[in-house]
Amino acid sequence: MITTANLTKRFGHVAAVREVSLDVREGDRYGLLGPNGSGKSTLVRMLLGLVYATSGSISVLGEPVPRHVGRVLPEIGAMIEEPAAYPHLSGRANLRLLDAAGPHGSRRTRRRRVDEALEQVGLAGIDGRPVRAYSLGMRQRLGLAAALVRRPRLLILDEPTNGLDPRGIKDIRNLLTGLNGDGVTIFLSSHLLPEVSALCTRIGVLDAGQLVLQDQLADLEQPTGRVLISTEDPERAVAALDGLVERREGADLVVRSTDPAALNALLVAAGVPVRSLAAQRRSLEEIVLDVTGAGSDQFSGNAGPS
Amino acid sequence: MIAVELFKLVRRLRTWLTIGLICALPLVVAIFIAVTHLAPPPGQGSAFLSAVLNEGQLYPAAALALVLPVFLPVAVAVVAGESIAGEASAGTLRYLLARPVGRTRLLVAKLVAVTTFTLIAVIAVAVTSYAAGVLILGPSRAAAVGVAPGTSGAIAPGAGGAPTAGLQSGAAITSLSGAPLTFLELIERVLGAMAFITVSMLGVAAIALFLSTLTDSALGAALGALAALVASEVLVTLGAASAVQPYLPTRYWLAWIDFFRQPIFWPDIQRGFAIQAVYVLVFLAAGWANFATKDVTT
Repeated sequence: MITTANLTKRFGHVAAVREVSLDVREGDRYGLLGPNGSGKSTLVRMLLGLVYATSGSISVLGEPVPRHVGRVLPEIGAMIEEPAAYPHLSGRANLRLLDAAGPHGSRRTRRRRVDEALEQVGLAGIDGRPVRAYSLGMRQRLGLAAALVRRPRLLILDEPTNGLDPRGIKDIRNLLTGLNGDGVTIFLSSHLLPEVSALCTRIGVLDAGQLVLQDQLADLEQPTGRVLISTEDPERAVAALDGLVERREGADLVVRSTDPAALNALLVAAGVPVRSLAAQRRSLEEIVLDVTGAGSDQFSGNAGPS
Repeated sequence: MIAVELFKLVRRLRTWLTIGLICALPLVVAIFIAVTHLAPPPGQGSAFLSAVLNEGQLYPAAALALVLPVFLPVAVAVVAGESIAGEASAGTLRYLLARPVGRTRLLVAKLVAVTTFTLIAVIAVAVTSYAAGVLILGPSRAAAVGVAPGTSGAIAPGAGGAPTAGLQSGAAITSLSGAPLTFLELIERVLGAMAFITVSMLGVAAIALFLSTLTDSALGAALGALAALVASEVLVTLGAASAVQPYLPTRYWLAWIDFFRQPIFWPDIQRGFAIQAVYVLVFLAAGWANFATKDVTT
């Protein structure tokens, strides 16, 4: 769907994107992570033909970009940083206007497509109020609706849940998962780890313009071979587990094992009351912090084991 | 895309406010003249104003002369300066381009919208001022002006030394009054003047559009274009700059007055059209070359 080869963009002496080789496959929910200023937006803009690469190549939906960007853009829905709209027009008028601006937006189906897109993002009930009166969350939803009006095969979204409340974030996550189920490939960039962790199947991590990690999220979050146990009787648990315990903090134990069920059976047999027991996985946060250098403190949120 | 740009133009309150204000100035002037019967003497003040008390139907020409030096160029520069820079700073440019709207296509659509705006403004001024001329000033005021105190003395010297083919704005009026025009001729001449003024404004629009592709500040682009005009005006009146004067954008701005000579005095009109065409082509080409290869980072 999207591949780049050694993609580099320099603004003067500053290399905003360096030698990035992205690989987004059909059906992916791809999350591009990176702190502010790591080059996410520049990368997204290059994919859409807004910014021209200094070197390297881009292919989107099988076509070279920017050379044939006009052919692929009609099949892409995009949100590029904040949403933008003409403030004096209503949300509906904005979507119709934007649809009428480019080619391939059939006039016959426009009204229906606009109404459907508004319904998808939870704005079905908007009236003729101008966009200038919209809240941040409504603008964000409108921007997403604008990306959906053309019923795209590929969604490229920059910070799609920005400015939304928890309920809005969940709505959008469900919407994107549903669209993905219908065959839409999703490429989103974010600095919110919990968001990406809850939504994406594949991640790439950008740090200072370089792609330092790209893999399936499930592979990255493999069990670490440790099991976390919480018990009311740690003394007896330690005795029963005989040497497998790696660390003990009060009632919590870290036990070396790849088979949580067997551990559980062992403890139950020994009559130890187990409060909780779970295989330890690396959190997305740990994964990202591992591969990014200093200055990555701009990552917000704390993705726990999920 | 062109339809979209025109829709945006006509759905914008500012468009109509601007045009309303441009039309208001000649109306105010007409009211003052009608109430006081004090038109400027020939050779002084804005072109044609001294004649309108005699001939209310000539007021569209006088009105165009009133709005040409400042009102029209400012309005056109603001609209054209905003065309790309305004979309860029509002963030809508990237969404239009990602729709996709080709960059050349967008630029052409913007130019069409600015041209439409200019035409609407010029037509609105001509129509409202014609109505004002006939209704407020009236064609039958000739008798009144003859006895207007204080003006009769001033007419004689002005009328005496006037009929040169030069470009002084006042000079045209006397040659006009010397050879009266039929109503059909007048319509013809007014249309010719409107076309000439529109094309002159397109020169301004092209400069502003070019600057609009350079910067993300709509205001900057508009003011830049106006600065170019002011510089041109300064040089046009500077004897030492006579070598470059034929190539300045405002050099032939007043040549439309020649439409009201009998017969029409073509040389400056033709030069005016030619120089504006060159400005439009050069600045559009520069704007296109810049915009087509520009990184859109806003």
